[in-house]
Amino acid sequence: MNEQSLAIRKFSDLANPTRFLALSGAVWPWMAAATALFFAVGLYLCFATVGDYQQGETVRIMYVHVPAAWLSMMCYSVMAISALGTLVWRHPLADVSAKTAAPIGACFTFIALVTGSLWGKPMWGTWWVWDARLTSVFVLFLMYLGLIALNRAVDDPARAAKVGAILILVGFVNIPIIKFSVDWWNTLHQPASVIRLDGPAIDPEFLRPLLVMAIAFTLLFFTLHVLAMRNEILRRRVATLRRLAARSAGRGASGPATAGRGEGHP
Amino acid sequence: MTHLGYVAVAYAATFLTVAGLVLWVWLDGRARRRDLAILEAAGIRRRSAGEAQ
Repeated sequence: MNEQSLAIRKFSDLANPTRFLALSGAVWPWMAAATALFFAVGLYLCFATVGDYQQGETVRIMYVHVPAAWLSMMCYSVMAISALGTLVWRHPLADVSAKTAAPIGACFTFIALVTGSLWGKPMWGTWWVWDARLTSVFVLFLMYLGLIALNRAVDDPARAAKVGAILILVGFVNIPIIKFSVDWWNTLHQPASVIRLDGPAIDPEFLRPLLVMAIAFTLLFFTLHVLAMRNEILRRRVATLRRLAARSAGRGASGPATAGRGEGHP
Repeated sequence: MTHLGYVAVAYAATFLTVAGLVLWVWLDGRARRRDLAILEAAGIRRRSAGEAQ
């Protein structure tokens, strides 16, 4: 392949996995560096800012809990867009994207649940309650695990992609439920205080580290997602090459008489 | 547990989860590149890679 054919001129050129590998290979070190930089500044701000006058030191849990919770929902939204890409446009990389985002989303949801629990014990007096917000996020975690299990259970990537995409889109109904659960039902969890129509109801002292950490977590997600997509493309190449090798080995060993039978297999 | 204790455990849990995720992606990538190298050493290449040469 020469340089010319690897150039990306249109967004649709990304559909070519070889072009995607070339572009992402050049971009990911920069993404990783930006992630490290934002985490360095964010973590410094997390501990350099003052504690809350009511919550004391525990307010610092917010700087990892809130970005992780945002990312758990954004990751599912990325998967829903990818699912549309699989079903509507049959984009060859869409199902690679959806499949590789699931474990990352599960990790962020896990972080949100664990840190939320560790914040709930000192502030609410309980590790866990089965109320709307907490339960709907737990359901999101279970959906991630289900999608991972589905992808591992079905051998053929094309079939897994189709079933997975439909499941992702059905499960997307949970995202607005999570977002508005704090407004629609009685819950221990506080309502939104950053993304509101009347502006953030949170002091700049706490908002600054929170936003830097949110950017750091977002960059972390996209870096890991791109790298996981590269791994998945390589995994599929290995599978194709092994199939090719097995087929040609079978042909070479048994001669032309049985070659026709081998060709007949899908 | 003191308030600072809850904060420490929360950050530790976050760090361990993220570190595990990064490690998994890195090791997976290394194993896949090794698989491809072994196949290539055995003379098995993608058709498109063969045409370019």
